[in-house]
Order: sequence, then structure tokens, then C-alpha cells
Amino acid sequence: MSTTTTSTPPTRGVLVGRRRTWWPLAVGLGAVVLAAAVSVAVGSRTLSPGEVVGGVEAVLRGVSTDPAGAVVAARVDRTIIGMVVGLAVAMSGAAMQGLTRNPLADPGILGVNAGAALAVVLGIQLLGIGSAGAFVWFALLGGIVAAVVVYAVSAAAPGGPAPLTMALAGAALTAGGVSVTAGLLVSDRSALDTFRFWQVGSVAGRPVDLVLDVLPLLVVSLLVVALSGPVLNATALGDDLERALGQRVHLSRAIVALGAVGLAACAVALAGPVGFVGLVVPHLVRLVTGPDYRRILLGSAIVGPVLVLLTDTLGRIVMPPSEIQVGIMTAVLGAPGLIWLVRRTAVR
Amino acid sequence: MTVNAPAADTGTETPHLVETVPDRVAEVRRSRSHARRRGHLVLGGLLVAWLLAMVVRTLLGDFTITVPDFWRIVLGTGEVPGGAEFILLDSKLPRAVVGTLAGVALGASGATFQLMARNPLASPDVLGLTMGASAAAVFTLVILGGSGAAVTLAALVGSALVAVALLTLSASRPGSAPTRMILVGIALSAMLTSVVHWVLLRADIYRAHEAMVWLTGSLNGVTWRQIGLLGVVVALALPLLLATARELHLVELGDDLAAGVGAPPGIVRARALLLVVLLVAATTSVCGPIAFVAFLSGPIARRLLGGRASIGAAALVGAVIVVLADHAGAYAVPEVNLPVGVVTGVVGAPFLLWLLTRERSSS
Repeated sequence: MSTTTTSTPPTRGVLVGRRRTWWPLAVGLGAVVLAAAVSVAVGSRTLSPGEVVGGVEAVLRGVSTDPAGAVVAARVDRTIIGMVVGLAVAMSGAAMQGLTRNPLADPGILGVNAGAALAVVLGIQLLGIGSAGAFVWFALLGGIVAAVVVYAVSAAAPGGPAPLTMALAGAALTAGGVSVTAGLLVSDRSALDTFRFWQVGSVAGRPVDLVLDVLPLLVVSLLVVALSGPVLNATALGDDLERALGQRVHLSRAIVALGAVGLAACAVALAGPVGFVGLVVPHLVRLVTGPDYRRILLGSAIVGPVLVLLTDTLGRIVMPPSEIQVGIMTAVLGAPGLIWLVRRTAVR
Repeated sequence: MTVNAPAADTGTETPHLVETVPDRVAEVRRSRSHARRRGHLVLGGLLVAWLLAMVVRTLLGDFTITVPDFWRIVLGTGEVPGGAEFILLDSKLPRAVVGTLAGVALGASGATFQLMARNPLASPDVLGLTMGASAAAVFTLVILGGSGAAVTLAALVGSALVAVALLTLSASRPGSAPTRMILVGIALSAMLTSVVHWVLLRADIYRAHEAMVWLTGSLNGVTWRQIGLLGVVVALALPLLLATARELHLVELGDDLAAGVGAPPGIVRARALLLVVLLVAATTSVCGPIAFVAFLSGPIARRLLGGRASIGAAALVGAVIVVLADHAGAYAVPEVNLPVGVVTGVVGAPFLLWLLTRERSSS
């Protein structure tokens, strides 16, 4: 750092860098509304705008005889769950990328989803848990264990936590989890029948009450992560500078990490693992907002639901009459995103 | 020392150096022959370990078969009571043999890839080649309703496509930038895994269960016909792979040097890649993607040999791992017959994590 910059204190303009503009926010919120409308209207039986309005009315009045109303009711449920999942996963990914200073961080890639899924399977098989309210705590526990293992392994690696080491540690955990799951399910055909539908992330057929089950953890984690912008911005500057700025590095980071894992666990408990959304969304947002994590988190909270809703809708119309689950769609569409990132960024 | 050394010191050292050149040559020769002797010892030891594993797998377990009975059954020279013949010929012996073949194929192909990429983490399973083979095979099996040769062919096409995608998408030769190649491999694996999950959802539960066991990597229910097929592939591809090992070692030293001594790197790599794809696809189509064996064998063999890479030793390590893991899976937990892939997966994942803390993974 040269003497000129230390003698003149950095002005606010240097840090923020650009004028506050509100139109991206307005466009984003408009996109959320539009995506939700599309998600309710489009599917194996596409509804006209009039039918959607009539159906919503019928649902609100509690009339169950209206045929369009039944379709709308089911689609409203999956739209709400899709929005919550998209929000949780995208913000979780943004926080993880900031915390680990790793452009390839994502609940799926870091093995958090796999840890959460494995803990839920263990809970179902060994302890006989059955409700989503219990799932979410098992998912949280498994996600925390996975996150700690991945971070500890990559921190212990020679040369410090590199993106490649983290991705590999996550892949190793995922593969190990798959093996344990297979060992548990191999002699239990009925459990496999449940699990094969659960191991792909899907927002279809999940009752909207599930959101209430995970609500406590969801709200707390969401608050922690939403307010973590300053911590993440300081983290981006590096350990020494962050300490010099007076941040309690380890404590605040640990709390944010817990919040990020909590969000991922909520998403897993709601819909199963939905990969790559947490990876791709923050990078897309960053293209518009620049490197300020307060804006990245806000943008991710908007773009995440839009992306999940649109991929879910796409999955409904790509192979009629059957549909492709949103977790499969995000993996098939998101893996090229990872490849694009790998080619674009000079990853060590 | 280098900067501050007095002139007098260098004066005395130069004649000293000249004097000891023959000694140095002798030293190099000694250490080389030492390494060679260690190589032979390790190979011999691995052969013994493999034989012991075979004996354990075929003779022990729930049903013990004595050595005279074993020869009587195999050579057909006498009657053995109590269903021993059925158990040996229809379960234990085929599993031991196919375990050996699969282990040899996976171990050798893993070590080849690690040698080519100069990175212990770049093995066919980490890079998604095995996933490509199994996704294509499951798709053919469940969605297209194919069987036998069609599945093998699909596995071959699947892993070849992944290999091509890896090389083009990471825009690198196998020798350069392994980091990027590994990350692209992780992305491709994730994508193919979700394809497999989708296929499992579309199948009825009995087929899905069958496919799930196979996807875990299982030696159960392998027929002698499949063993013959795999045996032919291994017998053809393994000697060729061992023959390329020398040239691969040269390529490891640097492209220009290798080209200079008559081992054009592009051709050497293409040939090795082709053989690896063949071995991985054949193994996967017979017994599914047995997790981590291709990844584990190379580093273990390297440690046994004291830092030198050897495809042959890795192949033997692979055989020992698969045969023993299959035995453990069959008898470790009473009443439960775990597929071999569960055992290798549970053992292999911690090993990969441990290796990450030891080796510099980025370059």
C-alpha cells in the first residue's frame, strides 16, 4: 500500500464506487412478480390470465370445485416453496462465497447439501423421524458438520484454503454420503422409493405448511445473512486489514457461516438439494451490482427466487406430460455455469 | 553459506568434487538399484497380498471351503457334499475373479491419469469418466430397455464423451492445468449425477432398486460371460497401458524433452486416454462405478514405492482393495450384504480428505 493512500483516508465514494440507482431493484422486484405469475399460469395445463385470476379468487374464497382453482392451488403452493428455496439457496451461496473468498462456493459444491441430506436419511432410517419440522434440525446438524469438515480440511491443506481443495473436499463428502446412503437403502426397497424422490430437489407436491415448520430457523438465518454485508465486505479485504478495521474476525464469521448453513438446511428440508443456484446467482448479481456484498445479498434475494421459479416452470413444459424436477434442471443448466466460471476466473 | 563462503573454501572444494565423481556415479547407481530392488519387493509383496486376499475371499466367510475341496471342485476330480460346489462356482470364485479384474483395470487407469495430469487428484472417478459410463449405461438399461452389449457400448460412448468434453471444456491437454480439468470434471459429474437421479425416478421401483445397487458398484450376480468379456478387455488393454508407462514417464518430464527422445506427447497421451476410457467403461458396464478405487490405488502404490509412480503396482493395489472390500462388504455386517462400492466409498472419502491436507492440490 503506497503512502499516498494511507495519508488520505478513503472517502465513501471510493468504497461504494457508483451512484445509487434504484431501477435494478425495481426491475428485479417486477421480475419476481412476473416469474411467480408465470409459475402459476404455465404447466402441463396452461391457464389464461383470466383463469389464473379466477382460480386465485376461488382459492381465496375457499371454493374447491373450480377446476382451474385446483390447478392454481397446487401451483401457488409450489410457487411459494420455490420462492423461499430460491431466496435461501442464493443468499446462502452469496454468503459462502464471501466468507471463504472462494468464487466456487455453493451449498452443493461444498458438500453442505449432501451432509444435510445424509443427516435426514440417518434420522429417518435410524431414529424414525417423520416431520419436516424435525427434518430441518437434522439437516442443520448435518450441514454444519459438513461445512466444518470441508473448511477444516481445506484450511489444513498446504497453501491454505484454495477453491479447488474446497470443491474436492465437498465432492469427497458428497461421494462418501452417497455410499453411506446406498448402504442403508440397499436392503430396504420402500425406503429407497421415498428417498429417490427426495434426493432430487423438487418443489412439486410439497405442502406449503412445510414453510411454517422451518420458519423459526429460516427467519433467524435470513436475518443473520441479510445483515452480514459489512462482515463479508471486510472479509474480502483480507484477514489483517479486517482485524485492523476492528472487526471481531472469527466470531462474526462463525455466526455468518452458521446463518448460511442454516439457510441451506432450510432449503434442503423444504425441497431436497437444489444445486448450483447458490453458485450462479451471486455471480450474475455481481455483474450488475459490483463487489459490495450488501448489494450482492439483496440482489441474490431477488434473482434466486426468479431463477428457481423459471427453471421449475421450464421443467414442467420441457417434457410434457411428465415434468423434470427443479433440482435436476438446475444441475443440468447450472453445471455449464460452473464450467463458465472456471474458464473465466483464473482459479488457482 | 552460498553468499558468504570464503574463497579458500571453494578452492578446497573443487578438487574434492573432481575426486569424487566416480563415487557419485557409484552412489547414483547404488540408489537406483536400491529403488529397483524396492520396486521388485513391493510388486512381489503386492502379489502375495493379492493371493492372500483371493484365498480369504474364496475360502472363508459364512461357509468355509477347505483347500483340498477347492481343488476338487475346480478341477472336477471328486464330489464335495453340502452345496460347496454351488457356493464356490456361482458366488465366491466369480466375485473374486471379477473383483481382481475390476481392481486391476481401475487401479491402472487411475494411476495413468494421475501420471498424465501430474496430480494425484486427477483420477477417472474424480474427473467424472466413471460417472459418464454409468449415466449412459443406466439410461440405456432403464429408458431404452437395452441389455448386454448395448449397455457396454453405451458405457464406452458415455465415458469417451466425458473425456472429450473434459479436454475441450478445460481447453487444456491432460498434462497442463489439472486444476481447471478437475473443476470441469466436478461440474460434469454433478450434471451426470442428476441425469442418473432422473432416470431412477422414471423407472419402476424394482428396476430402480436394481439400478441403485449397480450404481453403487456391486460384484453380486456377475456372470462368467461378463467376466470373460472384462477379462479380454483387461488382457488386451493392460499390457498396452504398461507399455505406454515408460513414454508417459518421459512426457511427465516435459513435452519438449519427450518429443526430443521420440515420444511425441500428443500421441502418447491420446493412446493412454483411449486405453483408460476402454478399461473404465468395460469395468463400469460389468460391475458399476466402484467408488474411489481408481483414485486410491495410485497414491497408495506411490507411497509403497517411496515416491515413484508405477501403473503395475497401482493395478495390483486396486485388485487387493476391491477383493478385500468385497469380502468386508459381504461379511462385516451380519445379515446385510453390502455392495463393494459402499465399502470403498466409506473408506475412500476420508482418504481423499486426508490426502487433500497432505498434497498441494493446486499448481
